[in-house]
Amino acid sequence: MSADQTPIVEARNISKYFGGVIALKDVSMELRHGEVMCLLGDNGAGKSTLIKILSGVHPPDEGEYLVEGRTVHFTSPRDALEHGIATVYQDLAMIPLMSITRNFFLGSELTQGWSFLKRFDIRRANCIVHEELRKMGIDIRDPAQPVGTLSGGERQSVAIARAVYFGAKVLILDEPTSALGVKQAGVVLRYIAQARMRGIAVILITHNPHHAYPIGDRFTILKRGRTLGTFTKAELSRSDMIQMMSGGEELEDLERELREFREQASSRSAETPSQEEPGGFGEESG
Amino acid sequence: MSIEVTAGPSSSDERLLRESFLRKLLRRPELGAVSGAVLVWVLFAVLAGDRGFVSLRATANFLEVASELGILAVAVALLMIGGEFDLSIGSIIGGAGMAVTILSVEYQWNLWAAIGMALLFSLAVGAINGLLVVRTKLPSFIITLGSLFIIRGVTIGLTRLITGRTQVGGVKAAAGYDSAASVFTSAIKITDPASKRGLPAEFSISILWWLIIAALATYVLLRTRPGNWIFGIGGDANAARNVGVPVSRMKVILFMVTATSAWLVGTIQVLSAGSADTLRGEQREFYAIIAVVIGGTLLTGGYGSALGAVFGALTVGMVQQGIVYTGIDSDWFMVFLGAMLIVAVLVNNYIRKRAAEVK
Ligand SMILES: Nc1ncnc2c1ncn2[C@@H]1O[C@H](COP(=O)(O)OP(=O)(O)O)[C@@H](O)[C@H]1O
Ligand SMILES: [Mg+2]
Repeated sequence: MSADQTPIVEARNISKYFGGVIALKDVSMELRHGEVMCLLGDNGAGKSTLIKILSGVHPPDEGEYLVEGRTVHFTSPRDALEHGIATVYQDLAMIPLMSITRNFFLGSELTQGWSFLKRFDIRRANCIVHEELRKMGIDIRDPAQPVGTLSGGERQSVAIARAVYFGAKVLILDEPTSALGVKQAGVVLRYIAQARMRGIAVILITHNPHHAYPIGDRFTILKRGRTLGTFTKAELSRSDMIQMMSGGEELEDLERELREFREQASSRSAETPSQEEPGGFGEESG
Repeated sequence: MSIEVTAGPSSSDERLLRESFLRKLLRRPELGAVSGAVLVWVLFAVLAGDRGFVSLRATANFLEVASELGILAVAVALLMIGGEFDLSIGSIIGGAGMAVTILSVEYQWNLWAAIGMALLFSLAVGAINGLLVVRTKLPSFIITLGSLFIIRGVTIGLTRLITGRTQVGGVKAAAGYDSAASVFTSAIKITDPASKRGLPAEFSISILWWLIIAALATYVLLRTRPGNWIFGIGGDANAARNVGVPVSRMKVILFMVTATSAWLVGTIQVLSAGSADTLRGEQREFYAIIAVVIGGTLLTGGYGSALGAVFGALTVGMVQQGIVYTGIDSDWFMVFLGAMLIVAVLVNNYIRKRAAEVK
């Protein structure tokens, strides 16, 4: 097998329990070189838990985790970073009160000098941040401004730029577009495409099929902690995807329930017309 | 798109410069504290200028008070920016001072050895504080409130057990006193032209310690990796951990730093007084927090400055000594202090909000 065909990241039969909650059960997935793999699923499906295992935040309770074909046991996010796996988390991408530059370099500060108090070269760091963001098409006026002054899309973009700059081979993004408007989501998706062009393999989590479909190469669908499988774009139409992930069936169920409820209500009001509410429920909806 | 970016006319550059200067100024956490310190000085200069507040002697006087508080405040600022509290430093001042005294007087150690041993005690206390906070995940407020009482209790208990008293003197006769005193309590005497009796102004060496520590802390915070980590772990410890910052280790180190500052102040006090009292340092933990908060550091962590703490301590020191010069009973000092704290927080919040708005 050539190196390129070995998945860069592979999960084999991974399970994770939080007390009585089965967050993941027997989940397998792989990420290949240079692809965008979308991890889809409804809220609570276990997407965040899976990528937290991949990025070293949680150890798996069962199953095996391989990076470039070798089994790994990460005990901290630092381990994952050392293997080139960078993650932009859903809940805590950036620290709002710190400057863009300080956020960008947090944990990987650019130092010079030799003593134990090496100097953090903040001037050069500012220049690098300005330049890296400009390359991605974001023109920030002052990299020393607090991250809190950036929009949600800009924050995500800074986080992605950071991962790319520090040489990530694998970029994991947890719902980067969920809090964004259409336009900003488009900007972020464009950066993801750029990252792929630079040869980075991407795991993109979203529960929005309209964000996943245009950019994804393959799609893994999670549902209630289990995987429904991985599909290529050819195997899965957009409507199939919508159907499978956010429980298209559930939507149908819901629709049916509502219809029944309406019918019940209208028949009940026909049998026993209410005196206090002459214009009842049934008439209005019927 | 790139055309838009590069096509800015030169006039917009001037606007950029002007705006970013204002923004940079507003963004400094110590802005409020610096203006507050100036204001308080002017206030006392007006109220008590004719009674000697505006003189070298008075200045040396309030600088000495400010310096002992300032040494603590700078260390506490680092810890609070890192998102934690240390209520035990007052007790460590008492404990470290008593350790120096008992070891040198009762056990006849060389003073330097006694001071070194007290430092080890203090570092151990700081490390235990930090490890407990990190391991139990309890708020540091609770952990160090506990150690506040434990350390004070142990100090009183052991001192009475060993000496039968709660105050122990005789340090000035201990071996090594002269060299230790020159490092910790000497003073530079400058003739004060304002003094009618010809008394010189004595600038104590603790002021130098204070400035060195403040400069070091400022450098660490703004220009080193650990400094960036401190802001990170105070801003969001999980986010910091997720990008590879050694959060627990940094927190333990910060508690050891505050304990060390308390040791230094305890040592300075014992050497200048020549004796130790088991109650030394009481309430210093609160004064330090007040100085830090006046200095613009956020109680919830992640934002602040060591320089702000310097000016916070300076303000508190000026008020404490200034009141004496006005002739107002110094009992009223606490009222000033409490009111100043609340006003300072309101002003700092306002400035911070403005800083976020100016884009
Ligand atoms: N740290 C945790 N402790 C307890 N339960 C958790 C924890 N993290 C996730 N869970 C549970 O695991 C399940 C999957 O959560 P998550 O992975 O966040 O889903 P998703 O990201 O797909 O919305 C949910 O039921 C959630 O409540
Ligand atoms: Mg999630």
